[in-house]
Amino acid sequence: MRVAGGREASGSGGTRAGGARRGGGLHAAAILALALLAAWELYARSGDVDDLILPAPTEVGQALWEDRDLLADNFAVTAGEVVLGLLLALAAAALLASALHFSTAVRRAVYPLLVASQTVPIVVVAPLLVVWFGYDLAPKLAIIALICFFPIVVTGLDGLAGIDPDLRKLMRTLDAGPWRTFRLVELPAALPSLLSGARIAVAIAVIGAVLAEQAGSSEGLGHLLLQATPQLETARAYAAVVLLSAFAIALFGGLSLLERLALPWAHRTRASGASQ
Amino acid sequence: MPAEGADVVRIEAPVEEPRVREEPGGQRGVVVEAVTRAFVGRDGPVVALDGMSLVAAPREVVAVVGPSGCGKSTLLELVCGLQRPDTGRIEADPAVLMPQRDLLLPWCSALDNAALALRARGVGRQEASSRARETFSAAGLEGFERALPHELSGGMRQRVAFARTLLAGKPVLALDEPFGALDALTRERMQDWLATGLAREPRTVLLVTHDVEEAVVLADRVVIMSPRPGQAVATLDVPLPRPRDRTDPSVVELRAAAREALE
Repeated sequence: MRVAGGREASGSGGTRAGGARRGGGLHAAAILALALLAAWELYARSGDVDDLILPAPTEVGQALWEDRDLLADNFAVTAGEVVLGLLLALAAAALLASALHFSTAVRRAVYPLLVASQTVPIVVVAPLLVVWFGYDLAPKLAIIALICFFPIVVTGLDGLAGIDPDLRKLMRTLDAGPWRTFRLVELPAALPSLLSGARIAVAIAVIGAVLAEQAGSSEGLGHLLLQATPQLETARAYAAVVLLSAFAIALFGGLSLLERLALPWAHRTRASGASQ
Repeated sequence: MPAEGADVVRIEAPVEEPRVREEPGGQRGVVVEAVTRAFVGRDGPVVALDGMSLVAAPREVVAVVGPSGCGKSTLLELVCGLQRPDTGRIEADPAVLMPQRDLLLPWCSALDNAALALRARGVGRQEASSRARETFSAAGLEGFERALPHELSGGMRQRVAFARTLLAGKPVLALDEPFGALDALTRERMQDWLATGLAREPRTVLLVTHDVEEAVVLADRVVIMSPRPGQAVATLDVPLPRPRDRTDPSVVELRAAAREALE
């Protein structure tokens, strides 16, 4: 009893120290971001560069506010595509990683193709997909899912492969078949890896959405960006970029939070190195 | 106060009929006969066991003592059917392995970890929990049902692993250095706990250990193994009444004899 209490206390102490360090990191990031913004503002206002080419941050802020309705409508479209595409990628990746994990033959056959699929230049393929799937949501989801599911599959497979072989031995001695071993041990153990993959995928999901919209769309921030540049609405284009980045960061943070709340044990295991 | 909780303990998990190798007339314990087992190592084959023989009668506790790397763990995995021998014969009642490490799932509560043995065989979540409760309490874990593994001390974690092993419901327990990772005091307490439990509810036990004292305190017989390739080089009967006191002269004497046979 006393032993357990002592360990617990020291454990939460460690967490608190980690939190403080993370808080310090955020602080430093905020200072750096402010400094960069200030430098940008000074450079843009110095007159060396036309504000049609590089608007000052304050002008971007102004555009954010003045075009808020236009930006919000298009943001809703893009955000929906990104979230749906990510969910699609996550589902496809979880299924594929499981299939690859269960069968060595399937893994040998599919893995090289999987890697090859990532060498396809999406920029070139995107317009073709639009011709194929039409002008609506389908090609966007296809493009986002296509570029997002690869990191999720790879990290998911790593997670499944990294499971302690002694755990599988334990399940065998407890008479569990492959399916119950997967459901009770392997899948929960691999969930943190799948989520890590999803976090990596978030940033490229946003890029993918913009790409897909530029390949053929009448709405969304990608479409807005494409229109704003020839209209010399540079500040509006930058405002769209700011929104996209903020959205990616928010998604990344959301997934981190989700992992911490839903899988607190994964965090503990990582913090203490290995469980044993 | 003992840190490990009450020492009045019963080990009682329903021993189910052996499902795999069913035999009329009940149990036959463990028979290992002239077993050889080799692995492919980096520099050619490594012979883990060479002509290993061992018998454990039903409800007998046999300790296997030997130097590190003498193939003790391999022996247990062979008995549990996790590996097959290259040559030789193994006949055993269904056996469950309790590995060296507790291997508790960090995302499951202590009770769910014990109930894993039932869920592994397809028992539903609710039913597994309620069926595990009795064994869980008997292991001195009452009140810790919802604790997560990282909140438990080493001794408590080992008790959860024990409860899980018992709930597998197999007549043979293959214990691989079950107390090896514990500090000396906790280890002695857990040894006494196991001895009490086995006295009440006998099982066939193969206990692999490098601790000669543990072997003499717990076992009916102590089998000494040679360094790799492992084989049985001596067998000591331990005809002492239970419970056994570590400082009892006959225990000390047998301990010395076992140690001598080991060297």
